[in-house]
Amino acid sequence: MRQYILRRLLIAVPSLLGISVVLYTVLALAPGDPFAELATNPNVPPEVALALRAKFGLDDPVYLRYFRWLAAMVQGDWGFSFVSRMNVDTLILQRLPTTLYVIGSAQLLALAIAIPVGVYAATRPYSIFDQIANTLAFIGFSLPTFFTGLLFILIFSVTLDWLPFVYSTDVKGTGIRWLFEQIRQAIMPVMVLGLFQAASMTRFVRSAMLDVIRLDYVTTARAKGIGQARVIVKHAMRNAMIPVVTLIALQMPAVFGGAIVTEQIFRIPGIGSLLISSILSNDTPVVMAVTFVFACLVVLFNLIADVLYGWLDPRISFR
Amino acid sequence: MLDTELKTMIDGVKDGRMDRRAFVQRMIALGLTAPMATQLLAVGGVAMAQSPAPYKPTKRGGGGPLKLLWWQGPTLLNPHFATGTKDQDGSRPFYEPLASWDADGNLNPILAAEIPSIQNGGLAADGKSVTWKLKPGVKWHDGKPFTADDVVFNWEYARDPATAALTIGVYQDISVEKVNDLTVRILFKNPTPFWADAFVAVVGCILPKHLFADYKGDKSRDAPNNLKPVGTGPYKFVEFKPGDLVRGEINPDYHMPNRPHFDTIEIKGGGDAVSAARAVIQTGEYDYAWNMQVEDEVLLRLEKGGKGKTVYSTGGDIEFIALNFTDPNTEIDGERSSMKTKHPLFSDPAVRKALALLVDRDAIQKHIYGRAGRTSANYLNGPAQFVSKNTKWEFSIEKAAKLLEEAGWKAGADGIREKDGKRLKIVYQTSINGPRQKTQAIIKQACQKAGIDIELKSVVASVFFSSDVANPDTYSKFYADIEMFQTPMTQPDPAQHMRRFHSRFVATKENKWQGRNFPRWVNKDFDAAIDAAEAEIDPVKRAAFYIKANDIMWQDTVVIAVMHRLKVGAAANSLRPALSGWTNDTDNLQDWYREA
Repeated sequence: MRQYILRRLLIAVPSLLGISVVLYTVLALAPGDPFAELATNPNVPPEVALALRAKFGLDDPVYLRYFRWLAAMVQGDWGFSFVSRMNVDTLILQRLPTTLYVIGSAQLLALAIAIPVGVYAATRPYSIFDQIANTLAFIGFSLPTFFTGLLFILIFSVTLDWLPFVYSTDVKGTGIRWLFEQIRQAIMPVMVLGLFQAASMTRFVRSAMLDVIRLDYVTTARAKGIGQARVIVKHAMRNAMIPVVTLIALQMPAVFGGAIVTEQIFRIPGIGSLLISSILSNDTPVVMAVTFVFACLVVLFNLIADVLYGWLDPRISFR
Repeated sequence: MLDTELKTMIDGVKDGRMDRRAFVQRMIALGLTAPMATQLLAVGGVAMAQSPAPYKPTKRGGGGPLKLLWWQGPTLLNPHFATGTKDQDGSRPFYEPLASWDADGNLNPILAAEIPSIQNGGLAADGKSVTWKLKPGVKWHDGKPFTADDVVFNWEYARDPATAALTIGVYQDISVEKVNDLTVRILFKNPTPFWADAFVAVVGCILPKHLFADYKGDKSRDAPNNLKPVGTGPYKFVEFKPGDLVRGEINPDYHMPNRPHFDTIEIKGGGDAVSAARAVIQTGEYDYAWNMQVEDEVLLRLEKGGKGKTVYSTGGDIEFIALNFTDPNTEIDGERSSMKTKHPLFSDPAVRKALALLVDRDAIQKHIYGRAGRTSANYLNGPAQFVSKNTKWEFSIEKAAKLLEEAGWKAGADGIREKDGKRLKIVYQTSINGPRQKTQAIIKQACQKAGIDIELKSVVASVFFSSDVANPDTYSKFYADIEMFQTPMTQPDPAQHMRRFHSRFVATKENKWQGRNFPRWVNKDFDAAIDAAEAEIDPVKRAAFYIKANDIMWQDTVVIAVMHRLKVGAAANSLRPALSGWTNDTDNLQDWYREA
């Protein structure tokens, strides 16, 4: 197994290099200029913008810029933001806790809804419960998050005035009150994201479970006189969870990557809003770092998913 | 005639026969008055009234938190590196200039003990130097005294090209010397009528020498205090998260009495303008939001029974359509819109005049800009003594059609006019922005009725306004027939605003399209008027030159003014922000308070 992991990690190196080349080229070809705002400001002489471009090496050929970036990245230097004039890693680390908290809670909420609802719906296919769960799931993943987000704001903030819709990084108060405020302001974004995720995941869990529940070994387990609950949880679910684990593992990078739309709507200072504002201001080093780290996480979690398969189903071997 | 009358009036104010207010009112009547009337008085030998802001609180602090919502968050806190209003605003609670602009365009002393004038000896009669006296006893947040050395240092810091300060344009052509610990003198190479640029308002914020002296030039980006400001301002730095949050707390040793009113300040960034308006006006989560680029209709709806209102301040920002004087469709030496070509349609003045007649400014104001816009025929809309009264605009499809008909542009089979085989087909480009696309639609409709075919083109703002040499869609390359956007006026003086159309600033491949005269218009009379204005010390003559320059632009239809835009903010009902259309919203932050 150790050999397997090592081999997979080695294979990851060329693919990550390939990803970085593609990302860098696309960003270099994309139109725009980090110092665009200066161009319309009559107070700033054009030479200043040119000097800044030279200072940040923007006038060098693309391949030179790429190799410079790669060399720095290998040494753990993520680059220097044009816009904030600070190191990219500090910028990202500052945003990470908020993203982990909000998106992570949303994922947990999605799992907490999807697994029991999906499993229960699968044990009673086409029952009233299943029908309702299905309908809600369809509604859930047909509504985009920007729509549900605005709807929630209108209902809970504007009309009812229960929840704040501007996420604040430094919540006033200490102890219980701090915790309460943190939870209160996260309710809406977590619900919006969590329900959206839960909807598609419920469908997934249900179909995975349906595939397994009809197999002979489940009938055998029932025939042995084991209770319904034990059969479902111990025998059926463990096997049904294999595809679900893949899905969850692939969604884990998103927990770090943030949710661009939702973060923008609720002004959550997470990675997603950092990415979008950096794209808008053409802050290439930040965009590059966020997307590349995201790519690394995707590769890493794929590996983790593969390793988990072996644990869930010992018949799957590592070759 | 005006000249002598004015001189008499200024003397009247000097002798106390006429008070300042009456003077300003008379000037309005003469069509000459303005915020800058006061600078006129200053040069005329009268001390500027230190316009006391109506500041009511009688003790420092006690106002609770001040929560500001900027839909683009500040990304850095060194005012010399600020790339836009958002960054300037982010550092303003901590750093201060010598003086700021108030709502009328008057100078308001902050770190200066008084505003320089001829009377107090601050202004040299030849216009070649200004002497600022600094307020004694001012301390940096870390307790060190603020002195003339700090002021001189900021000049050295900003003018060094290696520092890559964005304020370099303000500081590179002047020299600054220390007279004594509390006096500095700015020396200009040429007589400079508008002397209040360096160390004033947003570009004038002063960094402490003792913390930045080691980080001048190449090392500027390594200064630890780039992210941890230590200034003289009303608030002390607490926390900064780029693009998200700036937090400060009251400075108990602030140098102005009873100020600031608020105990803490918070600038939250991110999101969009509409939801920012909602958070202030409708739910009251925040006290003030900036730059409400939101349709008036939406704002009016939010204001109904809301917790806040919109506030407007008038400056000189102008939304306009520029006409290309070169041919965007012919390439010469790898450059379209080359100076060696002439525009095939616009070389006929009748076509340009007809276009101006087809811009329905009333409809644009009514349906798009609402309270945030004023119609105008001028490119130069303030301060008032620089505003021309000789121009007018009108909207008339019939007149436009008649004008074209007389010039020989006859309608073809499809209704599009043509002459000598040239059809009136025009590409009209602008940046992607709701109001701009609506304006395009209104103008296109009118043009169609007059027999002009308009092709609309919208470019993403980040491309349109970029200085990317490789991109063909930037406003400065101007590979279209007409284009529309807004130029802001960042100070109450027309010099920067008008200079850009001087023929020496034409944008060409040679200067990498960095020139600001993108219509590529060349007019000797205009150049002469601008050159004369920039060397003219007499404020009345100077104003006359700028009015003349504006009128030449109007006669030649270089640009078509679409809307004189006001600055819009959203404020909680109880908040009393001190705003000015001539500077950033935060320029007088120390005077903000909340009505009990």
